[in-house]
Amino acid sequence: MRISLALAQINTRLGNVETNLDKHITLAKEARSRGADLVVFPELSLTGYVLQDLAPTVAHTASADDPIFEPLLEASRDIDLVVGFVDEDRRHRFFIAAAYLSQGKVVHVHHKVYLPTYGLFDEGRFFAWGDMVQAFDTRFGRLGILICEDFWHISPPYLLWLDGADLFLLMSASPGRGLSTEPRLESARWVERINQAYASVFTAFVAHTNRVGYEDGLNFWGGSTVYDPNGALLAKGAYFQEDLVMAEVDLNQLHRTRARLPLLRDERTALVQREIGRILGGNEG
Amino acid sequence: MIDLSINSELARTILTGFIRSEITRAGFSRAVVALSGGLDSTVSCWLTAEALGPQNVLAVRMPYKTSSPDSLEHAQLVIDTLGVQAITIPITEMADPLIERFPETGPVRRGNIMARLRMIILYDQSEAFRGLVVGTGNKTEILLGYTTLFGDSACALNPLGDLYKTQVRQLARDLGVPTPIIEKPPSADLWKDQTDEGELGFTYAEVDQLLYLLVDQRYNPSDCVAAGFAEGFVRKVVERIQRNHFKRILPPIAKLSNRTVGYDFLYLRDWGT
Repeated sequence: MRISLALAQINTRLGNVETNLDKHITLAKEARSRGADLVVFPELSLTGYVLQDLAPTVAHTASADDPIFEPLLEASRDIDLVVGFVDEDRRHRFFIAAAYLSQGKVVHVHHKVYLPTYGLFDEGRFFAWGDMVQAFDTRFGRLGILICEDFWHISPPYLLWLDGADLFLLMSASPGRGLSTEPRLESARWVERINQAYASVFTAFVAHTNRVGYEDGLNFWGGSTVYDPNGALLAKGAYFQEDLVMAEVDLNQLHRTRARLPLLRDERTALVQREIGRILGGNEG
Repeated sequence: MIDLSINSELARTILTGFIRSEITRAGFSRAVVALSGGLDSTVSCWLTAEALGPQNVLAVRMPYKTSSPDSLEHAQLVIDTLGVQAITIPITEMADPLIERFPETGPVRRGNIMARLRMIILYDQSEAFRGLVVGTGNKTEILLGYTTLFGDSACALNPLGDLYKTQVRQLARDLGVPTPIIEKPPSADLWKDQTDEGELGFTYAEVDQLLYLLVDQRYNPSDCVAAGFAEGFVRKVVERIQRNHFKRILPPIAKLSNRTVGYDFLYLRDWGT
């Protein structure tokens, strides 16, 4: 089975959801016209990233009666979409979230579980922490979604792997930082290195959509990537420019790679569980 | 040792994109830059011309009677090379009445008066030209506070503020800035034969390396001494950074209400754009 994947590496308007929505609909159509089955947008693609006190005012709920999700769900009849937004739950907590939409339905919502609150980041001040990492079934098999800092930690991708995800959809609004003599920023090198590493060690497909543009002095570097289960680069977006990155994902590669390298088959989950229980439960064996 | 070299092409891409983005999203297409003919203002003007097109940039020269003739010439060289628009507004006849009114005015007061007069002219030209003021301050001078508050530090956006002086010099070289501008001793040119390094008491080459350890690499002062910097030099620079922090932040507002600008009324300037 093959998936034609599109990564919509867009710029966004900070706090202007309607304008961002229009761009999503336009790009979903363009991706479909170029043959894509699934289009993935970056983190907070409907709102912009450094929201601060805007967070509660741009929040929506992924449901058919929401004015933003209604047209997105309509668009999902032609092409599956992954969009980034601020989710307000019934108790009025605000999450950095991503929704997988397909055939007019909300298939899955992921809440960011790691909110960076250090250095230039202040997410924990404005958002609630997600508390689930779950893979989910789609018409293309079982997938997983993580948002930016989620995959700077090793445990969320590992959990998705054990939960059956063979294609990881990673979404970022990654501020560029770390200028040296290298042709790429340090943050770009770091993310690309770990994305390739995850593809290799999980023998899975890893697609990363990162936004572009500026918010005040922060730059977002783009450079979206798709790595295959061998860790080979299948597609890459431009740096610092909007791009619609197309990639053909041949899911049969999972068969070939895992026949050669059965890391998933040999993963000793019971041992992991036992050792984590010991480590977290104290040192008595 | 400590290598502050940068990839100039990458810096150029990010900085020209930043200038273009921050000016156009504010509803403008033009910029004004105070062009002294020194390194920082030249690089700032260069990047702005590249970002917006030279016809959309107004270089403003504001000489005082003691300004070095080289400064004007170097600024002319930049104007001619880039093809930006230009205007020259001498400040002598504006500055002197105020300076003469207080005969005891020393070089610091005179320098501040000149820097703030230039700010007034620059912001007036900003309105006349319908262009935002692009700043010229680099990371070294921001950290050391080697700048006049509400004077040369005033701007709408600052493309160079995260580059140390030695990095600005490398960027200038890679952009193709004429050699005399790159090689002359950095100077605020507020009085004759003034140089930055003479006034500061150390060289940019030295202090940039120390600042890089202190700020970027989060070294303790004692770690810097262990890394080979003289203790007195480290102490002097650390004190300078702390003492001048007021120049880097907005004036504190006394909190009374439940929601106060600066504390819990938090939005980026790019809000809505």
